[in-house]
Parts: sequence; structure tokens; C-alpha cells
Amino acid sequence: MPNMNMVQSVNSALDNMLSRDSDIVIFGEDVGYFGGVFRTSDGLQEKHGKHRVFDSPLSEGGIAATAFGMGINGLRPVVEIQFADYIFPAYDQIVNEMAKVRHRSGGEFWCPVTIRTPAGGGIRGGHHHSQSPESQFTHTPGLKVVYCSTPFNSKGLLISAIEDNDPVIFFEPKRCYRGPFYGDPHNVPTWKEHPEAEVPESYYKIPLGEARLAMEGDKCTVIAWGTMVHVAEQAIRNSGISCDLLDLQTLVPWDREAVVSSIEKTGRCVVVHEAPKTSGFGAEMVASIQERCFYHLESPIERVTGWDTPFPHTTEWDYMPSPSRIAEAILKTQEE
Amino acid sequence: MVKKKTESIHVPDAPHRPGDETKFEQWSWKPEDLNRLDIECSVDDAINHATGLVRVLDDDHEAKGEWNPNLTSEELILGLEHMLRMRIFDERMMKMQRTGKLSFYMRSFGEEAIAIAQTMALKNQDWLFPTYRQPGAQFVRGRDMVSMICHCIGNEEDNVKGRQMPVHYTYREGRYISVSSPVGTQFSQAVGVALASKYKELDEVTITWIGDGASAEGDYHYALNFASIFKAPVILNVVNNQWAISTHSNFASNNQNFAIRGIPYGIPSIRVDGNDFLALYSVTKWARERAAKNLGPTHIEVLTYRAGAHSSSDDPSRYRPKDSNDFWPGGDPIERLKLHLVQTNNWSEKMHKELEERIDSEVMDAYKEAVKFGDLANGPYPSSDAIFTEVYETPPWHLLEQWDEMKRWRDE
Repeated sequence: MPNMNMVQSVNSALDNMLSRDSDIVIFGEDVGYFGGVFRTSDGLQEKHGKHRVFDSPLSEGGIAATAFGMGINGLRPVVEIQFADYIFPAYDQIVNEMAKVRHRSGGEFWCPVTIRTPAGGGIRGGHHHSQSPESQFTHTPGLKVVYCSTPFNSKGLLISAIEDNDPVIFFEPKRCYRGPFYGDPHNVPTWKEHPEAEVPESYYKIPLGEARLAMEGDKCTVIAWGTMVHVAEQAIRNSGISCDLLDLQTLVPWDREAVVSSIEKTGRCVVVHEAPKTSGFGAEMVASIQERCFYHLESPIERVTGWDTPFPHTTEWDYMPSPSRIAEAILKTQEE
Repeated sequence: MVKKKTESIHVPDAPHRPGDETKFEQWSWKPEDLNRLDIECSVDDAINHATGLVRVLDDDHEAKGEWNPNLTSEELILGLEHMLRMRIFDERMMKMQRTGKLSFYMRSFGEEAIAIAQTMALKNQDWLFPTYRQPGAQFVRGRDMVSMICHCIGNEEDNVKGRQMPVHYTYREGRYISVSSPVGTQFSQAVGVALASKYKELDEVTITWIGDGASAEGDYHYALNFASIFKAPVILNVVNNQWAISTHSNFASNNQNFAIRGIPYGIPSIRVDGNDFLALYSVTKWARERAAKNLGPTHIEVLTYRAGAHSSSDDPSRYRPKDSNDFWPGGDPIERLKLHLVQTNNWSEKMHKELEERIDSEVMDAYKEAVKFGDLANGPYPSSDAIFTEVYETPPWHLLEQWDEMKRWRDE
């Protein structure tokens, strides 16, 4: 099986889908001729044609609106918003239009659009190339929200997102495009040798709504998504505590069954995300977990998140949850 | 701090407010003023048409000039009938709103010609992406009036299942795309609809409308830019009815001409008399020909006047002279077409009266039929299960759980 990084696996998903379904068109800023600023659509225009993979004006609102119109008229657009921080001019089109059109039209129109967008910090991007705005979409009925973390799951999840007949916001952790990130900016490995970098060239799917058990243990359940999956993995190793690590993968609808059964086993839980704490998706997890698992919990649920501040530039390592912060939270859940 | 001697922020005001004398200066153009443009015209060729006003019916109700579409009397009478149907339908619905049978209503009063003439100029396979002020297009596409009323009164037969406010129609069979409350969003979406038709290599054109007020939204500019760059087969209409609730069009653009804004985007642009059925028909058919011949989008300013209130919740006497309607710039589009038909011996006052009576009973019959399925005051309403359906193609677990909870409270 070939070894792929996440840029290659996303590219492979798009390539497979363009070949399988002639209704798929791909567009966004710099995605056509150049192949995307992160190279995720490299070579696709040349292979599939200019009418199927093309550049758009620098206009996120226009990209979303055009995708909406194409989607309700029988196409299956896959568009890129170059950085998740720049998705907000498209927010009205996503929240009021894409998310609502099936419902508002009594099912007469629907919008099978996938919006891919690189998100998250760790690339020295400052406050406008680092944000992780997933909770601004999980709060919108009608949208599905996916956050991949590895080459293998990015391809399988992206194919499922594209085939889904509802609009899907697909977050790609840009820090992990070329390697997993374990929280040490001075030692960033590539995907080579990582088991999740074994990616088939061919078509395969990972169903939306299912979490991935990234590590197995019995003393604590750590829940994370995106880059934080790998940082949490390092934290678990550092802590020396045997933990289940659940990579949530899909945030809406999330895999409650996997979460509940893990916590019923471990009795303890840490939720990790790099987005700000207040109204973050971690708050939704904690609230839902206490509804379901209150009598199984042996200690308070811990949250390790980004701060409620803008994302910094030079000091981002003091902003993002680190292996030490997460490890401390894991140890705290073990206190009697 | 030293203060400069200067005025504060310049805030425009409407040309006339309650108590002022009403004066309108548009509509001085004559049908002979503007030549018919070649469909392969350049953007610059259209500048006079963007700054002038295309008219066919002159002030004496005669059809003149190069834009005369030379329609048969049957076609004109059908247009008249649809416009009259729209007006009588609106009057009836407004009365029902006042008696609590509808939560809200919006009339097309004074703007009936726009959706009707423009839709008649298109082919049945063309997509319509309207605002709430173009419901008349549905009559042209053959929608059953009973089904329209069922939507407006939100009863069991409402095809959008009680989810949208009145007048927010969806009629897929007639290619009339779902109306959305956020103004302007459809304008940029329509470009996507048109590009999908193009991608599928189909002979389909998309027409969309936006108000003068909403043309200040980003979506208007996204639409013009995307349509121009990707050469979309789309007809982009700015309906300048001069008022966005109480906000005059001079807040939407400091240049009191909307058509001209298409020129720097590289789109041939035309201003047309929105109360002139023949001119609207002609310009739209011209734009369709351009789109079908792969010549790209056309941008049209439809100059009209919002003769009535914005909606049933609005009282325009609070912000514009009460008598502004008496001066109705451009005149009543129905009256103008009627007088033209009378003048050409194709119509008479008697025939008009009979048609009005026929439509009136058609509307009454439709209303009686519709209320058999319930009305807003008394129900029955669509099942509240429709809160949970069609949010997604298949309801995920969290919706199923909440749905069960809702049912428990509802059915107890």
C-alpha cells in the first residue's frame, strides 16, 4: 500500500471522486492551475479538465453562493475555502442558505456541497491563519461537520462527505498535512512510517458519524479531533496512564455510542480542542457526557482547550494545548 | 483639540417625506429614443441603454420603436390576465391577512408586469430565482392557485410544511426556486444554477431578481463578478422600486442609476420601464437569446415604483407622502396594457370587467377549496413532525431523540 501524507490523500480522494462522478466540480482560490496553496488539488485540473477544477475570484461569499446554485441544480460541488479563518464572508450562504434549503423548500431542493477548509494552528499563522471555527458550524442544524486527522481518515471521510446529500463542512488540520504533530515544534516528523499513512490508491469510505479509537486503555477516555489527536497521543504516553483515545472525526453527528461505552469502561474523561473554551464543542461533549454517564464518572470531566483570546503569532505554543497540559489533566482525573 | 468648521456626516434623505410635495422625474424617455441592440453588442454599445430607459408603450399607449416585440393579441391578453390574476389574488390575500387568516402578506402591487412579462419571455425549462415580489411567475408556469393559498395560510397542504412565512413559495415543477428571507442571497446563487446548466450543456437560462435596497449586499456584487468572469447564462435584474421598506434607493447607491453598475463588470446592461409589459418582454427575450448563444449574462435595471406597502406589517404613510401613489411614476402596468389592447381594438372595458369578475370568482373558489385543508387561525396545520424532517436527508440520532421528546410533550 502506498505511503501518503495528508496532502496526497486528500488529492487522491478528490481524484477518485472526479473520476467516478461527472457531477463533481472543484473550485476555490488558487485550486485550479496552481493546485492549491497547500497543493491538495495538484495536477487535478490537468487530468480532469479546466471545466471541472478551476480557480475562483477571491470571494468566499461568491464561492459558497455559486456552489449552492450548482448544488440545487444537480451538481455536487467540492469547494475550498483557503483558510477556515476566511470562511466568514460565506457564513450567511452556509448557515442561512445551504443548511436550510432542504427544509425550507419542503424537500424540493437540496444542496450536496462539500466545503473543505484547512484549519487550526501550529504553522505560525497568527490569528487569521490559525483558527479552528468548528463550533460556529456545529451550532447550525442542517450542516454536517467533519474534522479529519490522518492521511487514511482524511481520504475516507472526504469521500463520504462528497457523497453525502447534505452540506458538509470538512476541516483539515493544516499542521498535519505533511506529518503528525506531537506538540514539539522543534521535532516534527513526516507521515512516513506512521500506520495511518498507509493509504490505498483506490476508493474507500469511512462513514460519517463514527469515532476512531486511536489508542486503547482503561483508566481514562481522552476525546480529541484534528491536530489535537496526535498531541493527546503524546500526552497519554507522557502521563503513563492507560487511556482510550477517541478521535471524534465527525462532530455533527458525533459518535455518542463510542464515547459513552468508553467512559462506562474508564469512568474518567478529558476533552481536548484547540478552539477557544467558551462555547467550544468540548462544552457540548461535557454536557452530553454528564447526561449519559453521570453515575459512571469517578472524577470531574476535564477540558483542555485554546484560550478565550485571539490566536497569537510568535507565542502560539503557549496558546495551543500542549502534551504537558493534557497530561496534567489526565492525571487530575485519576485523583481519588 | 481644534475642531474644523465643517458639517458632520452626510446622511442622505429621501427626495420626499410625509408632508412634502411628490415629484417624479423618471419616465421622460420615448420608445423611439433607443435602438434595438444587436445581441452581439459590446459592453460600451449598451451604455446609452443603461443610462436611458427602454420603453415600447408610449404615453398614449401605442406600441412603438425598435424594441416592440410584436406580440399577438392572444399573447398580450394572456399577459393582462396573469397580471389581473396577481392583483386580485393579492387583494384577497391581504383581506384574509387583516382577518387573521394569514400571519403576514406581501403584495406585488404596481410590479405585476415584471415577473409575468419576463417569465413569459423565457422558455419553460428556464430557472426562476425570485424574491418575494415575483410570485406572479408561478401563474405563468401553471401553478394551481389552491396550492399557493395553502402555502400562504400554512395549512395541512402547504408544500413547505409550515416552515416558511407566507409568500416564500417553492414550486420545483415550475422551476421556481425556493424564496429566502435574507435579501440578495438568490442573486449570487442564480449564477451557480446557470453554471450548472452550462456544465450539463443544456439549453437552460436562469433569471433572478434583486431589489434596489438589496443591491447594496455583497451578494449582488458576487453575482455580477462571477457571472461576468464565468460567462454564465443568467439574466440579472435589479428591480428598482425606489423603496426598501422606509429606505430610499439613494441609500443603496449614490448614483441614481442601477443599470450602469453592470458596465464596469463587463456586462451589457439595460434599463427598462418596469411598468411596460412589452418593453419588459422584449428586453428579457433579448437577454435570453444572448445567454443561449453563449454571450453571457445581461444586467437589467427594472425601473418601477413600489405602489403599495412593503408588507402587511408596514405603513408607508409614516415615511413617504400619502399621495405618492396618485403620481405613480410609470403608471399602472395593468391599465397601460389594457388601454393598449383597447386602442388596437383587441379589448374592451366590458371584456375587462368580465375578466375581472371571472378571476375574482376563480380566486374565491380557490380560497374556499384551500381552507378545506385548514387555515392559520384555526388549523389544522402541517404535522409538527415536519420540524424534524428534511433538516437532513436522514435524521441523525440527536434529532431522533429530540423528536421523540417533542412527541411526548405534544401527544400527552
